[in-house]
Formats: sequence, C-alpha cells, structure tokens
Amino acid sequence: MDGYAVRAEALEKRYGEKRALDGFDLVVREGTVHGLLGPNGAGKTTAVRILSTLIRLDGGRATVAGLDVARQPREVRARIGLTGQYAAVDEVLTGRQNLEMFGRLFHLGGRRARLRAAELLEQFDLTDAADRGVGKYSGGMRRRLDLAASMILAPAVLFLDEPTTGLDPRSRGEVWDSVRALVAGGTTVLLTTQYLEEADKLASRITVIDQGRAIADDTPDGLKGLVGGDRIEVVVAERSEIPRVVKVVARVTDGEPEADETELRVHAPVADRVAALTEVARTLQDEGVRVEDIGLRRPSLDDVFLRLTGHRTEKEAAA
Amino acid sequence: MSAVDLSTTSARSGTYWALADCWNIVRRGLTHYQRQPVNIAWQLGFPILSVLLYGYVFGSAMKVPGGGNYTDFLMPGMFVMTMAFGFINTATVVVYDSTKGVIDRFRSMPMASSAVVAGRGVTDLIVACAELAIMMLTALAMGWRPDGGLGFLAAFGLLLWLRFALIWIGVWLGLLVPNPEAAGGLFAVAFPLTMISSIFVAPQLMPDWLGWIAAWNPISSTAAATRDLFGTPGGTGDSWVEQHALLMAGVWPVILTALFLPLAVRRFRKLSR
Repeated sequence: MDGYAVRAEALEKRYGEKRALDGFDLVVREGTVHGLLGPNGAGKTTAVRILSTLIRLDGGRATVAGLDVARQPREVRARIGLTGQYAAVDEVLTGRQNLEMFGRLFHLGGRRARLRAAELLEQFDLTDAADRGVGKYSGGMRRRLDLAASMILAPAVLFLDEPTTGLDPRSRGEVWDSVRALVAGGTTVLLTTQYLEEADKLASRITVIDQGRAIADDTPDGLKGLVGGDRIEVVVAERSEIPRVVKVVARVTDGEPEADETELRVHAPVADRVAALTEVARTLQDEGVRVEDIGLRRPSLDDVFLRLTGHRTEKEAAA
Repeated sequence: MSAVDLSTTSARSGTYWALADCWNIVRRGLTHYQRQPVNIAWQLGFPILSVLLYGYVFGSAMKVPGGGNYTDFLMPGMFVMTMAFGFINTATVVVYDSTKGVIDRFRSMPMASSAVVAGRGVTDLIVACAELAIMMLTALAMGWRPDGGLGFLAAFGLLLWLRFALIWIGVWLGLLVPNPEAAGGLFAVAFPLTMISSIFVAPQLMPDWLGWIAAWNPISSTAAATRDLFGTPGGTGDSWVEQHALLMAGVWPVILTALFLPLAVRRFRKLSR
C-alpha cells in the first residue's frame, strides 16, 4: 500500500456547468488523521463521497487502501467506514439493533455481529443506552453510535464528514476522544470540517480546499507559518485609545499594526516575542492607556484561511 | 482491538449474500413496526374509518346497480384502497432513508445494493398481508360474507399483486420528492385518484366521461375482479375493461411495474451521480 491510505490525483466532478472538483489532489499517510478543510461548497463533501464510492468521478484517479475506487468499489467498501452528516444510523432502532444490523450487513453473520455490537457499545461508552431507541439519544451519543457503526469491520480508512457539526462543546470533546482512540488503534482518518479548531486539534496534516482544488497541504504549524509568526494583541476599553495603541505597537513590530475598530483590538506581527510584549505593556501603562487585555497570539487557521482564499471560513454558520 | 474475528471472506455465493442482505433489510423494516406499532394503526386508521363512514353513514343511501348489498360491494373496494394507499408508506420510508443518510450508509457498505430496494418491497408485502388480514376481520364483523376457497385466495393474491406494482411507484416517488414533508403531500394526490374508481361507487352511476375514467383506473379492475372472486359481484358495467376485470387485474400491475420499476432503478442509480 506504499504507506498511503488515500491517493487522489486530479479528481474531476462536474454538476452541469459547476465544477465541484477541478483537479483535486490528495495524499493521506497511513495511520494519521488528515484534515480536509474548506468552506461550504468548496468540494469537501464531493471529495469524500467519491473516495467512499458513493458517487462516480468524472476524471482523475483515486485509490483507497490501495484499491481503485472506480474499478473495485465493493473491495473498497469492505475497508472503509463512513460517518458524519451523510451516513446516518436508524433512528427507530435501538443502538444495539443498529450495530447488529450493520454487522450482519457487513456479512459477519448473526453470532459475530452480536458479539461485535456488544464490544463496540462498550468501547464507545453506550452500553447503558444500548437498548434505547436512537431517537432518544443526545447529539453526542448519536455521533458516537455513528462512529461505532462505521468501525464494525475495524476499517483501514475512516471518513469523518463534519463529525461534530451542530454538537455542543462537551459532545464535541467526546467525539474527538473517540477519534483519537481509533487512530491509536491503527485506523487512518480523513476528517472534513469547517471548524479550524477541530482540524488543528486532531489532524497532523491539513489540505485546504477551495473551489474544488487543493490550495495548500501542510502541517497545522506549517500552515500557520504561512501567515507569519506570532502576533501581539492589545484590546482597549475605548475606541478613542486605538490611535495611541497603534503608535506604541508600531515601535515593536516589523510589520504594520492592524486595528479592529469594532472589537477594539490592535494586533501586529512580532519577532522578539517577550521583549515586544514587555515593551508595549510598560509603555501603555506609563502613558495611562486603559488596556482590557494584552498578549501574544499564535496565528489561527482562520488567519491562514483568509490569507489563502481571500475570504473567511463560514465557520459557525452551521452552528 | 476486537476480540471478535472480523474476517469476512466467505465461500458463499453472491446470490446467497444478496438474499441474506435483503432479509436483513426486511428484518429492519419489521422491527420498525414492532418498535412503533402505532404506525400500523395509522396506516389502517383511514381505511377502517372509511369502512365505518361509507358502510354505516352513506350505506343506506348507496345503490349498487343490479341490486345487492352495499357492504358486500364496498369491502373489496376498501381492501383495494388500503393496497393503493400503500405506495405512500413505501415513499415515506424511502424518502426518510434517503434524506437522512441511511441509504448512503448502506451504499457505502459491501452489501448488495439491490437489497436496499428489494428488502423494502418484501417488507411492504408482508405488512400488506397483515393489513389485509385486519381489514378482512373488520369487514367480517360488519357483516361481510365472502365465498371461501380458491376464489378467496386468488382475490387475496390479486390484492398483493396490485400492492407489488405500487412498490415501484413508491420507491420512485420516495427518491424523487425532496423531503419527508413532501411525501405526506402525496396523500392529497392519492385520495382523488382512488375516489375516481369503482371503489366506492359503480362507474356507471357517474357522469359518462367520469365513469369512463373511473372504469379505466387500474385499481377499478382489481376491485371488480376481487368482488367477483369473493362471490359478491355487482355494479359491473358493459365497457370492455369492466367485462375483462379479472384479466385487467392481472395486466395492470404488469404495466405499472414495467413503467415504474425502471424509473425507480434509474433514480436509485442516479444517487451515484
């Protein structure tokens, strides 16, 4: 399998005039979490649906677990798990009935399907809720069951399509813990998300997709490096203070201070981090500027996105 | 790691697994009814209510051309109506599964994709048998007295045959409509379509043009043929289609299937586009 769990070259997918994928490339190393990041409509879901054999590609070539998705879809399906907004569990059945049904449909046979269901319910901390209808599950429990259902055959590659969209922070943390545990067990994960924080927390490598094309592929830190190093950030109590703060910050930065009038925030890139922070804090205090907050900030993937695409992510749009 | 052996290489044939997958989808469908028995009550509610309304409220005012008891005329029509409305149930489940991602989950698994649709069809036929049994017991309680024997079985078979054909319309519509709410709207279409038939009233009592449409309504043939087989004929007009009700009760479902099975399959394949 040459060390790559997913390999996609120049994928094309057209819907009428619209090019959902326009020469999309992707490689995912075995045993890693790879983030696929992009705004709504960028092509993330189309890419996942092609790689998980749900839709046909119009051009290019893709292998998953070393198998060609176009020529060996059945073999690919035996080695992947798909979960997230588009692959659901049955709401009427209980958690256990769901896992047993999927187990039988994965051709484990009745006895092994039952054993595997019990095992997964335990692993995903769902034993207590096992015999309740899924319709009564919380959002986090449902996603965990969803994950469990896609893990029945312990697949080589797991596609996680926006696994935490619409979840509260606590449930989100639970799902992240489950994902980390799976990767520790040897599964490769391709994670699509609109949440930069999620990609940052889970993925060791990130591909940024926009308008059907991969526009960057790097580690989270490498991507952040694209927008420069750390920034100093000062938040003031009143708008009238901003010009004075800009003047002070300009002395320590090697770039241009930026001011955000609505958030009352001034920020600028700095090289010598601690010295700059000390200098700015002291000067502002001497001049009697009322500061709400001051600190150093690593660039977020949000900044990266803005830099790469010229537009912000539509994060929180779904939340 | 799992303590369960997860290898799925098997010496069994593709046909074995296609049937096994289909049966597992059927089990799922039946478990739904087991977990939500109220659903079957809803499905039966309308026909049973209709039986009571038409039988008791209008019954005395209704005439059957050529004489005969209206209850005997009405009951086979009620059975046909229950079968006819069945396509709404099929469509509702299919639209739910396809919009919520259940069908996508199945399609991402190494199972036979034909089982998704075939399993739905078999489930619907099993449920149709249960519905018919309950309807018939209600009818017997109201004084319906059919002939027994082979004719009865043949009538039962023709009713299921109609339901079978309507599965494909249901699957097709289920994959066509955008959301479960829209599937609910199918009732507004189905209701007049079942009214303009021989289910409640003999076509010859309608204005000529309407009677002609009603007579050629596929479900009219099943209604007339089953009335005949239950030994309670009546209200049969002189038109060719009414005179050949038994033949047409066999032929109409073939035509419907020939028309809508390919449409349903095409729609299902389109999911991969």
